[in-house]
Amino acid sequence: MNIRLNGTEQSVADGASVSTLVSQLTGRSIGPDGRAADGQKLGVAVARNAEVVPRSQWHATALADGDDVELVTAVQGG
Amino acid sequence: MNETTLAGSPARPAAGALADPFVVDGVTLGSRLIMGTGGAPSLDGLGAALLASGTELTTVAMRRYSPAETGSLFQLLVDHNIRVLPNTAGCFTAKDAVLTAELAREALETDWVKLEVIADEHTLLPDAVELVDATEQLVARGFKVFAYTNDDPVLALRLENLGATAVMPLGAPIGTGLGILNPHNIELIVSRASVPVVLDAGIGTASDAALAMELGCDAVLLATAVTRAQNPALMGEAFKHAVIAGRLAKAAGRIPRREHALASSAMEGRAEFL
Repeated sequence: MNIRLNGTEQSVADGASVSTLVSQLTGRSIGPDGRAADGQKLGVAVARNAEVVPRSQWHATALADGDDVELVTAVQGG
Repeated sequence: MNETTLAGSPARPAAGALADPFVVDGVTLGSRLIMGTGGAPSLDGLGAALLASGTELTTVAMRRYSPAETGSLFQLLVDHNIRVLPNTAGCFTAKDAVLTAELAREALETDWVKLEVIADEHTLLPDAVELVDATEQLVARGFKVFAYTNDDPVLALRLENLGATAVMPLGAPIGTGLGILNPHNIELIVSRASVPVVLDAGIGTASDAALAMELGCDAVLLATAVTRAQNPALMGEAFKHAVIAGRLAKAAGRIPRREHALASSAMEGRAEFL
């Protein structure tokens, strides 16, 4: 299926969870609680169709075809 | 004057930043300088400037994650043990600002947010109507709102009454370095506020930050003045001292301004030359 990730079309496995997507993009292993398995902070957040998905729900939230996903992090800014 | 007289003089008010901490939302910060991270050409340079400035709180923006740019700012702040104040820069509506704040809370695990809702890209001035709306919504959602606002005493009080944790009036538009354009309004804001007042935006050089503190502000927030200075680390250090100097001067109480000169040497007892 296809989703829009940060404004770009992307194909993901059918039924993939938010957790799977975040793990693929960041290259980090993520536990069921939405935290990095290495214990370090991830520093990212996800909005799906303009609604924040709390990290505690990443694991249980399946992506759907056509979803609009934003994955953000902290960058330099005043 | 001898040693005894010096030792017997009244106790000096706290001289160092540590003895006069900045307390906001129950958190004690050792520096009254809040440094933004925007505008730095390199992360190394930014790290050096942050360290030199002595800041313990710094702003960041929330943007799309890019795998190519990892390692990054977030790690730098973690390494230097500097607290993060995410902003909502680039938001033009309350709706966008609230969503951005929610993302920041999730990503950075803080409920502090520098609320910035701007009217247009040309002036980057706060949109008062959207700002009030967003403050109300964020406070209701449990955020600690550091509201970036115009130098408007009426609006500042409104934001405080809506539950803002701190009000942050601008000295001048973002990035202009024009200093404090309306010191009278800043003084008015300070005199009526019961939450911390942080002078935010428009600072050009150290004396502007000292003035902000002399006007009674609790802290100063700046980014460009350091990150785009010719020597950011040196300028960071300059601001560290400027904020302390201004704070001390405010506590010490300046002399009144006078129309005419006032001799500091007594006229009495002068030698006479015939």
